[in-house]
Amino acid sequence: MKFDKPAGQNPIDQLKVVGKPTDRIEGPLKTTGTAKYAYEYNEEVTNPAYGYILGAAIARGTITRIDQAAAKAAPGVLAIVTAANAGPLQAGKFYVSRFLAGPQVDHYHQAVAIVVAETFEQARSAAALLKVEYKKQAGNYDLEASKEGAQPPNPGPYTPPGESRTGDFDGAFKTAEVKIDRSYSTPDQAHAMMEPHATIAKWEGDKLTCWCTIQQINWGVRDLAFILGIPKENVRLISAYIGGGFGGKGTVLSDLVAASLAARAAGRPVKLTLQRPLMFNNTIHRPKTIQRIRIGANPDGTITAIGHESWSGNLPGGMTESATASTRILYAGANRLTRLRLAVLHLAEGSAMRAPGEASGMMALEIAMDEMAEKLQMDPVEFRIKNDTQEDPEKPGRKFSTRKLVECLREGAKKSGWERRNAKPGAIKEGDWLIGMGVAAAMRGAPITKSAARVRLDSNGRITVETDMTDIGTGTYTIIAQTAAEMMGVGIDQVQVKLGDSSFPESSGSGGQWGAASSTSGVYAACIKLREAVAGKLGFDVEKARFSDGRIILGDKSAALIEAAKGGELVAEDTMTYGELSKEYAQDTFGAHFVEVGVNAFTYEIRVRRMLAVCHAGRILNPKAARSQIIGAMTMGVGAALMEEMVVDKKVGFFVNHDLAGYEVPVHADIPHQEVILLEDLDPTMSPMKAKGIGELGIVGVAAAVANAVYNATGIRIRDYPVTLDKLLRVV
Amino acid sequence: MKEENSAGHISRREMLAGTAIAVTTLAITKVTGVEAGPEPQAVTPVVSAEVSFTVNGKVQKLEIDTRTTLLDSLREHLHLTGTKKGCDHGQCGACTVLVNGKRINSCLSLALQHENDSITTIEGLGSPEKLHPMQSAFIKHDGYQCGYCTPGQICSAVAVLEEIKAGIPSHASADLNSKVAFTSAEFRERMSGNICRCGAYSNIAEAAAEVAGA
Amino acid sequence: MKSFTYQRVTTPVEAAAAIAAKPGAKFLAGGTNLLDLMKLQIETPTHLIDIGRIGLDKIEPTANGGVRIGALVTNTDLAADPLIRKDYGILSRALVAGASGQLRNKATTAGNLLQRTRCPYFYDTNQPCNKRVPGSGCAAIAGFSRQLAVIGSSDACIATYPGDMAVAMTALDATVETINPAGKTRQVPISQLYRLPGKTPHLETTLEKNELITSVVLPAPAGGTHIYHKVRDRASYAFALVSVAAILFKDGTGRIAVGGIAPKPWRVPGAESLLPSGAKPFSAKLMEGARPTKESEFKVNLVERTIALVLKEGKS
Ligand SMILES: Cc1cc2nc3c(=O)[nH]c(=O)nc-3n(C[C@H](O)[C@H](O)[C@H](O)COP(=O)(O)OP(=O)(O)OC[C@H]3O[C@@H](n4cnc5c(N)ncnc54)[C@H](O)[C@@H]3O)c2cc1C
Ligand code: SF4
Ligand code: FES
Ligand code: FES
Repeated sequence: MKFDKPAGQNPIDQLKVVGKPTDRIEGPLKTTGTAKYAYEYNEEVTNPAYGYILGAAIARGTITRIDQAAAKAAPGVLAIVTAANAGPLQAGKFYVSRFLAGPQVDHYHQAVAIVVAETFEQARSAAALLKVEYKKQAGNYDLEASKEGAQPPNPGPYTPPGESRTGDFDGAFKTAEVKIDRSYSTPDQAHAMMEPHATIAKWEGDKLTCWCTIQQINWGVRDLAFILGIPKENVRLISAYIGGGFGGKGTVLSDLVAASLAARAAGRPVKLTLQRPLMFNNTIHRPKTIQRIRIGANPDGTITAIGHESWSGNLPGGMTESATASTRILYAGANRLTRLRLAVLHLAEGSAMRAPGEASGMMALEIAMDEMAEKLQMDPVEFRIKNDTQEDPEKPGRKFSTRKLVECLREGAKKSGWERRNAKPGAIKEGDWLIGMGVAAAMRGAPITKSAARVRLDSNGRITVETDMTDIGTGTYTIIAQTAAEMMGVGIDQVQVKLGDSSFPESSGSGGQWGAASSTSGVYAACIKLREAVAGKLGFDVEKARFSDGRIILGDKSAALIEAAKGGELVAEDTMTYGELSKEYAQDTFGAHFVEVGVNAFTYEIRVRRMLAVCHAGRILNPKAARSQIIGAMTMGVGAALMEEMVVDKKVGFFVNHDLAGYEVPVHADIPHQEVILLEDLDPTMSPMKAKGIGELGIVGVAAAVANAVYNATGIRIRDYPVTLDKLLRVV
Repeated sequence: MKEENSAGHISRREMLAGTAIAVTTLAITKVTGVEAGPEPQAVTPVVSAEVSFTVNGKVQKLEIDTRTTLLDSLREHLHLTGTKKGCDHGQCGACTVLVNGKRINSCLSLALQHENDSITTIEGLGSPEKLHPMQSAFIKHDGYQCGYCTPGQICSAVAVLEEIKAGIPSHASADLNSKVAFTSAEFRERMSGNICRCGAYSNIAEAAAEVAGA
Repeated sequence: MKSFTYQRVTTPVEAAAAIAAKPGAKFLAGGTNLLDLMKLQIETPTHLIDIGRIGLDKIEPTANGGVRIGALVTNTDLAADPLIRKDYGILSRALVAGASGQLRNKATTAGNLLQRTRCPYFYDTNQPCNKRVPGSGCAAIAGFSRQLAVIGSSDACIATYPGDMAVAMTALDATVETINPAGKTRQVPISQLYRLPGKTPHLETTLEKNELITSVVLPAPAGGTHIYHKVRDRASYAFALVSVAAILFKDGTGRIAVGGIAPKPWRVPGAESLLPSGAKPFSAKLMEGARPTKESEFKVNLVERTIALVLKEGKS
């Protein structure tokens, strides 16, 4: 099915099942420990050996020798894989990282060897017996120092052009009556999902099955086949449950390659998980940025010039953190400039993490907006409202499909008691605590992409949906069941959903906030086909019939669905594809965050006291799951604001704090009760579901709202994240 | 793992002074899949030993590598995979189980430390057909997303309510010498050893409040 | 983790004897620190003596009005003990400010005293570290040192002692009791338990090889107001940037030990006479000779500020 004109009325609009705050259908499995994650297929793989990765001890150089004698002689060791016996390996098509070092080492903790043994304990201790000699080579680990030589990135599917200009930015900024010109930085951040990357790999002849942790199954199959140099048809990936991803498990990473190679070498299925202390330097992360923002305005607050430049670094050929993305479209202003620059760094690969680009960029832009509002002596909510735009500021005439940023800001101001905020920083004190409030806008693109599904109606009248879509905590199982139930007119308990298996039709996968909207649309398309099949079988006109209560109904004629499957299961499959509507309309999601913090007047410890998000993000398929996505993202935003930083040791060339004690993410005690308001929205330009993604929107702007609240509490403006007490104390 | 898989086999059984534990030293010398090294080094023998404990009411006897953690004995030997490994270093709480009613991180405990202990894992609290009230409350309040930290959160939450009942103080208790009660602040502080990167904290607190009757 | 043999003992005497019999042996109490380090091969004992069931899990009054805490009492039980809560409030407070509920259920009094540093370079065996491999150098001094020591450190090592409980015990003038393989017991004042790194950062305590901690004795209650304030970025489940254990008296005098800033709980009894004059003069004396790095410099200021906060709380 091709979606190329705005959706009209369709079965989803009944909202008997869709749009309800249904409990997750897989809840009983997840809460009892019976949902199976990659490393847990003990019935399917009864005789596994264990793999363990040894990471490189240097950041850059060459391996001159690996003495394997002791490791080979260690008890239980079955095989040792290194570049020398792994056979030719390519890099994948999304990440540039090579998953096995040798002779060249590209970054710290890049896999140097995989040891396979009978048990986990044996594999781990044997890995430590490998003696690796290196020749070190100087590397570049310092973004600050590399700014000068940074280049415009090569445009690609996930990289916007290196520069965008509208009007005359330089002229307008020069003559602006009120202006700021500020520098900001965001640090390298880790996804730190709770389930480490893990794989069980099993070869049967030249066919490879892997139970793994991959958000984009189709990318995974493509990449693993390409990396190993085997036909795609020979690869089957299964990721039925994934313990969090946030972009960090987009496609193939070292665990999958290592387990596959190890299983081949050992002639046995191999299970392998990345040890937590290896993950930070071995896999991918959200890269550090340095950003410069210039805003010029008239004294009445009208922005006349807005410029945003961002520098990031990566391994040669790696992606750019497109931190300027939101600035191109969020606020009005006739004269505009954005610029991206990319330096070569020899740290682990930078890549997508929850709202890539937008999250980092808005950490800076939304502080800049706060600074500008203050300079203009305007309320920061009003300043943002003043500069709202209802069309793409770079392409006048191109409308937003829907955009209620102003309503988000107004509603949030009302509900958060914004009027209690004192514009003068440092003015409110409760006991030993300085109290401040902060606001930030949120926006995130609403991409939607091709997605397929298969739907079965069996002789018991039950519906089964199969698609290689994944549920990484996003509620996908549930919204897909809701979609199928609504389409087929059955109760949600009549629907079974099977996900995350590459033998199922190819879906959008989970990433880029496109998963919910795309995958449910694919299910919609397949259900349209199944409705046709049912109607055909039972002699109904599908255009006129309705599906309700397990029946197909037209006038006073009706029949149970089960009748259609009497002669055997009905199966329908289809793919939803898209026309040009996303070019015609700017399709984005919007929101506003309001945060109250307390800062201890003695120690400058910062604690978040209240949080509110108001979001506008298309039809909400399941308000319960959508709200959870938002509060989770808000939590991650608090981490970004106050604690998360992979610290680069510029001498050694690695992220120093590479475990979960050193890399702090928020804990229960950091997070207050969180409120979320979801504004009504239907976006018929997206798909028949009229829905958009929401899981990434929730993080955008949060950190800036926190930083602005800290400023409001203390009068100290920190422009380098995370905002920590030592930075405040340096100024006090 | 079952050492029978390996070539070599039991070479020595010894009783160490002062213990009743049989310690078995397995020298596994046969290596397949790799060439024999040029200068074979001293083989560090694998040592295995027996341990017996109760898991979810069932007595389990294992002969395992002394290095096996309680966590790996549950996941890899007893195939009770409800207990999760998030970090293996005491830094996340995913591996939380109840030992003799008290919650601990099973990744930082050797299986051998638990001779005769009574262990309850998430599977022992309830099943999809018969949920524990805390499990039901997590579902109702959407106290999870990816589900990976969830068994640990639930085991911890169940224990936290008991700890509050038993009057154990926490960092959030205003007064050390008066009775502790369930409050949001108490709960959040006590649960802080269970990281949820999906960020379900606010919902988890509501789920537990319902179970606590607060 | 390297292979090891394992042995369970049932009495302290047996434990002390067992360790002498096996070179390369270590005591295993809760295991929450030792196993963590063994997984990374920072510790590589060849034999473990599980002392988890040797008794020593009681908290009992002493003849002279103090209290004796068994070495195997868990952090949870110690924090919750009515006597400790009533008369040694900072100890309860310090304990519940440390680690997590799960860890405190497992962690023991002796194990907690002897936990090793959390310096990130100590934890990464690819990096030079004089504490882990004597003579290999110190990667932290020119590296990431925000968390590390600002005083008492040396050119060989700037690691901190990371624990909380010992900070409170230092303010309480606790004494550590031990027994050695020959059956000889002795008492070590906690102020003399930890060594400064000097040129030998791998030598962390003054305990003899194979000495078993049997208990910690607290003197009769000192009275006063007990405050433990731990400063950290994350609200919980994090080691201290700075922590202050204070016993404050109505007349303005008191005792203060500080954690998170030195290779041992930092207390300068000579400075305490300045307490009545306020946080500034006291902190100046306490921090005399501080040698922070650029990254850890804020801690010097933070110590004074935290003490000011604690003194203010003490008055109210
Ligand atoms: C993620 C994390 C966060 C933490 N946060 C904190 C914190 O904020 N504050 C804090 O204070 N601590 C914290 N800790 C440390 C924790 O408190 C210690 O790991 C624990 O107290 C150690 O006690 P244990 O009984 O488990 O020691 P073990 O690991 O069993 O032993 C530690 C050492 O002491 C030796 N030993 C044990 N008992 C004796 C004895 N009786 N005589 C002689 N030697 C003995 C052992 O041989 C070993 O070398 C944290 C730990 C982790 C993993
Ligand atoms: S500070 Fe001490 S523990 Fe840290 S690297 Fe240096 S020597 Fe090692
Ligand atoms: S796995 Fe045990 S605490 Fe993380
Ligand atoms: S539910 Fe995913 S980490 Fe908690």
